[in-house]
Amino acid sequence: MNKNKEQLLNKRYKAEKRFRLYGQSAIFMALLFLTIFIFKIFSTGYSAFQKTWLIVPVTFDAELMMLEQNPSKEDLKDADYYDIALKSMADLDPNANEDQENELKRMVSYFFEREIKRELLNDPSLIGKTKDVYLTASDDLDQVFKGNYPRDLPEDQRRVTDYQLKIFDQLVELGKVESKFNLSFFTYPDSREAELAGIASSFMGSIFSILVCLMIAFPVAVLAAIYLEEFAPKNRFTDFIEVNINNLAAVPSIVFGLLGLGILLAVFQLPRSTPLVGGITLSLMTLPTIIIACRASLKAVPPSIREAALAMGASKMQTTMHHTVPLSMPGTLSGTIIGLAQALGETAPLILIGMVAFVNTIPGSPLDPAASLPVQIYIWAESAERGFVEKVSACIMVLLGFLIIMNLFAQIIRHKFEKKWS
Amino acid sequence: MIKINSKNVDVFYGKKQALFNINLDIEENQVTALIGPSGCGKSTFLRCLNRMNDVIDICRVKGQIIINDFDINDKSCDVVRLREKIGMVFQKPNPFPKTIYENISYGPTIHGMAQSKNEMDEIVETSLKKAALWEEVKDRLHEPGTGLSGGQQQRLCIARAISVKPEVILMDEPCSALDPIATAQIEELIDELKKDHTIIIVTHSMAQAARVSQNTGFFHLGELIEHGSTDKIFKNPENKKTQDYITGRFG
Repeated sequence: MNKNKEQLLNKRYKAEKRFRLYGQSAIFMALLFLTIFIFKIFSTGYSAFQKTWLIVPVTFDAELMMLEQNPSKEDLKDADYYDIALKSMADLDPNANEDQENELKRMVSYFFEREIKRELLNDPSLIGKTKDVYLTASDDLDQVFKGNYPRDLPEDQRRVTDYQLKIFDQLVELGKVESKFNLSFFTYPDSREAELAGIASSFMGSIFSILVCLMIAFPVAVLAAIYLEEFAPKNRFTDFIEVNINNLAAVPSIVFGLLGLGILLAVFQLPRSTPLVGGITLSLMTLPTIIIACRASLKAVPPSIREAALAMGASKMQTTMHHTVPLSMPGTLSGTIIGLAQALGETAPLILIGMVAFVNTIPGSPLDPAASLPVQIYIWAESAERGFVEKVSACIMVLLGFLIIMNLFAQIIRHKFEKKWS
Repeated sequence: MIKINSKNVDVFYGKKQALFNINLDIEENQVTALIGPSGCGKSTFLRCLNRMNDVIDICRVKGQIIINDFDINDKSCDVVRLREKIGMVFQKPNPFPKTIYENISYGPTIHGMAQSKNEMDEIVETSLKKAALWEEVKDRLHEPGTGLSGGQQQRLCIARAISVKPEVILMDEPCSALDPIATAQIEELIDELKKDHTIIIVTHSMAQAARVSQNTGFFHLGELIEHGSTDKIFKNPENKKTQDYITGRFG
């Protein structure tokens, strides 16, 4: 008898140990995947925050710029910078033939003309003088400098020619190539040229979409939740509504995209590719999430508080608005933020309503065409140029950072304001 | 003088009948204790008096409950006005998760009883004094009411109930969550409060009923078995069941 009991006890200990082991290995696996994922993204993406510049001496030759004596500010703006820009690149190799001059020109971004212009507008006294100007390197040279470019490929299989590499190596040796923080990644809109592409348009697009989504989803969801939880009679019909709200939360997001396409764009003729339409579509998705969170936190308010208020002679409405709703707000808000974070990462519905279009302007309102961060990732991931690879990872990093901040905020709200019921 | 007069009160939870034909008169400015074993319907009856049973969807109340010549079960009765006149203290202290001051001022605010901040301060002070809590909390009126001890919280709830100057105070086992010292304080308080208010208290403790009440009603299985002066119920009960209960033979 005693022996039997001992065996049982041992068995139980072993079972417990095994169970712990399973749990620990599950957590280990999850952490491992997460680490690999993060490592992969960071190792590819971090270089996108650096940008390679060529330092090229530019001679601001008034004659070449078609400038007259004592030019005004307007004259400077209208001047022709193309020739001096071209000349300064060609001057890098005095013996270059015409083809090679063309190759030299392609070592920098097509923006180089404007970069030179900006330099002169900042300091008009440069006319007639020569100055070293920072020019954005082409995306391929950018990758060469970052060491991401397979230089040993045969020449006809890469976009950088041997000649360009030779000149570039000379510049590197002279210290005329510099890597600096890539501010334009955050301030420029999307571009076909990887070295000039930034996330400003998609970032603003995401912000506007989320704001529209919040402004629509939050009031509607909170009112719906309060009515269902506090006022609606409990009967078949409200049960039916509840089931449907839960179903709505499980509907694939692309279906909402089709809805936006079919109704908002086709029927209401709202402007295509705009954060307004994106936000409305996302709000349909976020609605059930917020309703469920709000109802759960209303349910968590102890009935004794409602009874206390009612017994004081507060009406149902006063009880709800003065006591129940304020107490449920922390839970509702953190649910809302989590819902918004989901919406922020949503891609499929936005692609359907046209936010996948190439937008090279920064939207100033929800009515301007825009992309969004996850869609930007999708667009760049589809692009062939080598320079976009790191941009994709960098954009993911920005998006993840955003999501982490939002979720952290939700956690803080929950912990700080949630009342503990004894 | 009779304050509350209930005639043929029946209460149903869905199909199940919880109270059978209750006829009970409550004397003004006295303490009436309702005793009986668990589930006998004494709390249900108490909750009929300020229509707190309205909150429960499936609950139906029949019969008349007349307070100040007015049937509170009548359609024309406004529950907000009714509950202003009939305060309630619950089993578990349930202060609002707000400051002590806000806990007291809530009732007077929603009923528009104070015109100025000074008036409100005065209401808060008198209510807390009446509930014998003023000395303990006067320096921390703006701290959360939930930070008080259990007994203090219950006295806060009593202060909250009397802040709107109700004529009747219903107490649903107000001491069941408290220790003996806090219980003694509440009992003392009840004795004090009966000067201005009519008090009905549901209690499980027969000793408490004997200590604080002038009248007692004994409930069993949804029926009012016997009622009368506390002295009589405890010393010389008419009904066999009452005698069995108070002598501890069942319940």
